[in-house]
Amino acid sequence: MAIAVVLVLLVLGSLVFHFASPWWFTPIASNWGSIDFTINLTFWVTGAVFVAVNLFLAYSVYRYRHKEGQKAVYEPENAKLEVGLSVITAIGVVAMLAPGLFVWATFVTVPDEAAEFEVVGQQWQWSFRYPGEDGVLGTVDTQYISEANPFGVNPDDPNGQDDVLVKDPVMYVPIDKPVKALLRSKDVLHNYTVPQFRVKMDMVPGMVTYLWFTPTLLGEYDILCEELCGIGHHVMRGKIVVAEQAEYDAWIDAQPTFAQTQAMASADVSAGQQSFAVCASCHGQSGEGNQAMNAPKLNGLQSWYIERQIKYYQSGVRGAHEDDQYGAQMAAMAGMLTSPEAIRNVSAYIAQLPATESATTISGDIRNGERIYNANCAACHGKDGAGSWATDAPNLIGMNDWYAATQLRNFKAGIRGAHPDDAYGEQMVSMATAMRNEQQLADVLSYLNSLQ
Amino acid sequence: MSIYKELSSKPWEYRAPTEGTALESAFDLAPEKVALRLFMVVAGVIFSLVGVTYYVRLDLGDWVPLSDPGLLWWNTGLLVVGSVCLQISRNAAFADNRAKARSMFILSGLFSAAFVTGQWFVWQQLTAAGLGVNTNPASAFFFLLTGLHLVHVLGGLWVWSKTAFRLLGKADLATVKLSIELCTSYWHFLLVLWVLLFAALANT
Amino acid sequence: MAYVPIADQAQELHDPHSFITKYVWSQDHKVIAIQYGGTAIMVGLVALCLSVAMRLQLGFPDSFSLIDPSSYYQAVTMHGMIMVVYLLTALFLGGFGNYLIPLMCGTRDMVFPFLNMLSFWVYLLSVLILLSSFFVTGGPTGAGWTLYPPQAITGGTPGSDGGIFLMLVSLGVFIIAFTMGGLNYVTTIFQARAKGMTMMRLPLSVWGILVATVLGLFAFPALLVSAIMMTFDLKLGTSFFMPAIMAAGEQLDYNGGSPILFQHLFWFFGHPEVYIVALPAFGLVSDVLSTHARKNIFGYRMMVWAIVAIGGLSFIVWAHHMYVSGMNPYFGFFFATTTLIIAVPTALKVYNWVLTLWEGDIRLNTPMLFAIGFIFTFIHGGLTGLFLGNVVIDLPLSDTYFVVAHFHMVMGVSPVLVVFAALYHWYPKITGKMMNETLGKLHFWCTFLGTYAIYLPMHYLGFLGVPRRYYAIGSTDFIPASAQTLNENITIAAIFVALAQILFFINVFWSLRSGKPAGGNPWGATTLEWQTPDTPPKHGNWGEKLPVVHRWAYDYSVPGYKDDFIPQTVAGDFGVSDDHDSKES
Repeated sequence: MAIAVVLVLLVLGSLVFHFASPWWFTPIASNWGSIDFTINLTFWVTGAVFVAVNLFLAYSVYRYRHKEGQKAVYEPENAKLEVGLSVITAIGVVAMLAPGLFVWATFVTVPDEAAEFEVVGQQWQWSFRYPGEDGVLGTVDTQYISEANPFGVNPDDPNGQDDVLVKDPVMYVPIDKPVKALLRSKDVLHNYTVPQFRVKMDMVPGMVTYLWFTPTLLGEYDILCEELCGIGHHVMRGKIVVAEQAEYDAWIDAQPTFAQTQAMASADVSAGQQSFAVCASCHGQSGEGNQAMNAPKLNGLQSWYIERQIKYYQSGVRGAHEDDQYGAQMAAMAGMLTSPEAIRNVSAYIAQLPATESATTISGDIRNGERIYNANCAACHGKDGAGSWATDAPNLIGMNDWYAATQLRNFKAGIRGAHPDDAYGEQMVSMATAMRNEQQLADVLSYLNSLQ
Repeated sequence: MSIYKELSSKPWEYRAPTEGTALESAFDLAPEKVALRLFMVVAGVIFSLVGVTYYVRLDLGDWVPLSDPGLLWWNTGLLVVGSVCLQISRNAAFADNRAKARSMFILSGLFSAAFVTGQWFVWQQLTAAGLGVNTNPASAFFFLLTGLHLVHVLGGLWVWSKTAFRLLGKADLATVKLSIELCTSYWHFLLVLWVLLFAALANT
Repeated sequence: MAYVPIADQAQELHDPHSFITKYVWSQDHKVIAIQYGGTAIMVGLVALCLSVAMRLQLGFPDSFSLIDPSSYYQAVTMHGMIMVVYLLTALFLGGFGNYLIPLMCGTRDMVFPFLNMLSFWVYLLSVLILLSSFFVTGGPTGAGWTLYPPQAITGGTPGSDGGIFLMLVSLGVFIIAFTMGGLNYVTTIFQARAKGMTMMRLPLSVWGILVATVLGLFAFPALLVSAIMMTFDLKLGTSFFMPAIMAAGEQLDYNGGSPILFQHLFWFFGHPEVYIVALPAFGLVSDVLSTHARKNIFGYRMMVWAIVAIGGLSFIVWAHHMYVSGMNPYFGFFFATTTLIIAVPTALKVYNWVLTLWEGDIRLNTPMLFAIGFIFTFIHGGLTGLFLGNVVIDLPLSDTYFVVAHFHMVMGVSPVLVVFAALYHWYPKITGKMMNETLGKLHFWCTFLGTYAIYLPMHYLGFLGVPRRYYAIGSTDFIPASAQTLNENITIAAIFVALAQILFFINVFWSLRSGKPAGGNPWGATTLEWQTPDTPPKHGNWGEKLPVVHRWAYDYSVPGYKDDFIPQTVAGDFGVSDDHDSKES
């Protein structure tokens, strides 16, 4: 008896939940309204079946619950009824499937005028490649991948020279033009998903997959990885900007071509040395750091990491949070480097400084720290803690533990890494939670100290 | 009763009971035989699946065909002889010729053991020639497929050895007849499997 | 040469003589069933704890979280693999299959009792190997239960040092155990039924278990093959599934393999696996419904055909798990069609369950409540399957919480409700005691309502587009903050459901000591297991003489008969078929 009432209530409750729910698809920003149509159609057909069958179930239970003297009716089968129900079901299924297959047919046939771009996935970054003026993407191969050629573009392929390379995880597409995304992975499976566009596809190493869409709404949308790709899966984030053609053109013109990245002159270390004089007042002549002035050790860091952080300070991605007082000091100082070349030069200078020892100020359980580090941090920073250009992770060994502790606390508190343009910091915001408390933080840092 | 007739019968209708006390069985076979056939189908599925992956992988562009060692022909011969011996043994068992059944049964095991050794030598030859399991996809599949087949042969030899001990002892022929039959079916299966594998491996 | 041996022997060869042979190295199918079931439930409890740990992280990341990103992915993986393979498969086939097949078929034991015993011990070994991965360096694998290469065996995934190897070995050992058991179940059902027990007189439980076992025998080889080949890739450096890839800036020593090939193999196992779990549940629930509705199962023949049809079709739908995997997109047309075809026989089964209740005399006791709860959750889970099976709808919904909610509804909650229905139903036969009804009903309400409170809202996280297998959602532009409220409530419901299972264990152990004596046939059921001379049945099940079967398994409320059930062993025509014209002579 109670079960019959509850079944009715569950059906009604589900309906109420649905109609009261603010949780539904995010507004669509592409041409794939037909997918939404198919979903709605399926939703209403299955919803009706859900209500009808369950109410009938509830009624049967209510009507035929045991009463004294009642005897069930003996009826082994009713072939007509069963076949009839099956036929009705089959019709309903066809009604849902047929439109789905039509939409799928449009999904698998890419329009000829669709402009191509390439998405490259790797643990746990997005990067993008546009075909450049010739409209043809150069060939790529894993064997060409290196720090200087992270996309693995074939250096001998003329089609690849004008390819536009976007190393940062932000890409642009022009509005109302169909685009075809060619999807490629350097290491494991990934999945290129923009929820507002409704379509997604896995990226499989060793092959190129594709999807296509026409963006129809200006704006900036998240790119997510939706195929488990290892420990950083949930922090593999990017952005796609749907822009007017003019804005798109301006953006793409500002990105380097493959040829430009290969031809870039090496940094001027001696010019960097001159600029470093200002830095040295706090960070020390050899970049050894000064805890009294809250200036961390710099030598031992990779040049690309220093370069990125200086740019972040300059653009307010870092050091702009109100609780980040030391960051604010650094942001002011970073402003003194007026050109990208100057930043490059000083970064290169710092990177070649001989590594100095740094004092140990934190102690904890090294073995527990080792466990936490190897389980969560090593995937990017390496088992040896030296970091890697491939994962955009800086060296951690021999650096100031007090500074690392401050930064980890800042990541956890959202003081650092929470800025929308800090793609790499966002990863640390999440991964820093691997150190649940101060004790675990001390454990990990003392393990890093032990690696010196 | 045919399967179709059975499945479309209306079981709620009254059926007069039949004579006798025999249990109901779907096949007129000893359960061991049913189980063995089922197992051979399962093993067949395993090899077909590897076979399918073999042909898919073959098309992926980096295939370097293997030149099959001539020793494989000798090994195939050993397996054929093993199979034939078992068949003779089985027939002898049915003719109640214990001595012949026993000698042929033992002989078939020895030939099969020789097959195992022979396959081992093939692996040694390949490795010596610089074709290890990870050298290229063809060699990887060669080791995988022959290895899987060898595991099945060794499983058979384990059952064979139990029966062989009983035959060498005083066991009554009637009590081992079924074992001999089962071994015979399984050996024929192993042989057919091997011939198919050999053909697939040689034809790339 | 039909099967005769055991029936003719006065004393069985493996009759137990000591405690050890009776309860440890036992060859009695009933003891093995309890060993299988007990082990499965124990390891299932481990998986349940893992899910609570995950839910705490998702619901209360800042205050109650116990785990870091690495152990989150390990928990996801181990929870999934344990629940699907080591709990549900082992419990339905090794547990219920072992217990019910010989009793329902009217035989004394499985045809190969020693092999049956071996099957359990090898299964236990596989469980121990699996659990040992919690104690090795790096811990268990975090590759997701699908174990997709390359990430399953490369460094960015937790447990790539030893965890994944132990997982692959454990699966291999499990498959060996399953094959030994499976050959036994199928052969017993085919060759050793009591006189008169034709295939079409078998209870649907046996049909469900039979077809599921056949599926397992043909599907597990695909998992075995993929596990072996991945082990080769991992340990011997072959490139079956591994293309040329980078790791931490270095090119690895692999070339030319295909990750998609693994996925095809995996899902060629993985989809039938869904039905390996579902079909026994379909069968068991049919018998529970029929018994407690005091009515024959409606449309028995079509129920059998549907089981067989679903089993067959389950081998040609696997790639619907791979619509967005990057496989040839034209496959989508074929697999969407076959997948939606499966909906028809499945829907027919649902209709027939409901029609079994229609015009019944429904006893709303604990097993019946669980069975009715199953119909509700299965309808829900089945209908959401129509979303995901339709290839184009899968584009936005795949890899979101909609998928998680769907498969938990259809192959988590639904089968587990059947497990409980079946345990409450057959417990009196297994132990000779009735279970406590009050506790049982309380357990039902908490579990049924609690699980719905978990999974209904979870579908809406999926509609929102919240990706699955995320340690933390982080900040996005499309997920509102209210989604976290939803997550908190889901977590609270999940913990509530987990705690409610304590009621069940209290009931099991309390009833064992203090339950009311059940007698041989407390439910007034027709099938053979309720007609044993002793309860619980003794070794050999049937005493001196094997039963002889005279009728089908569903003679409930036959017009004109004194009781509302006629056991299958009762001879005689009671005029039932007068209503139907074709009377065989």
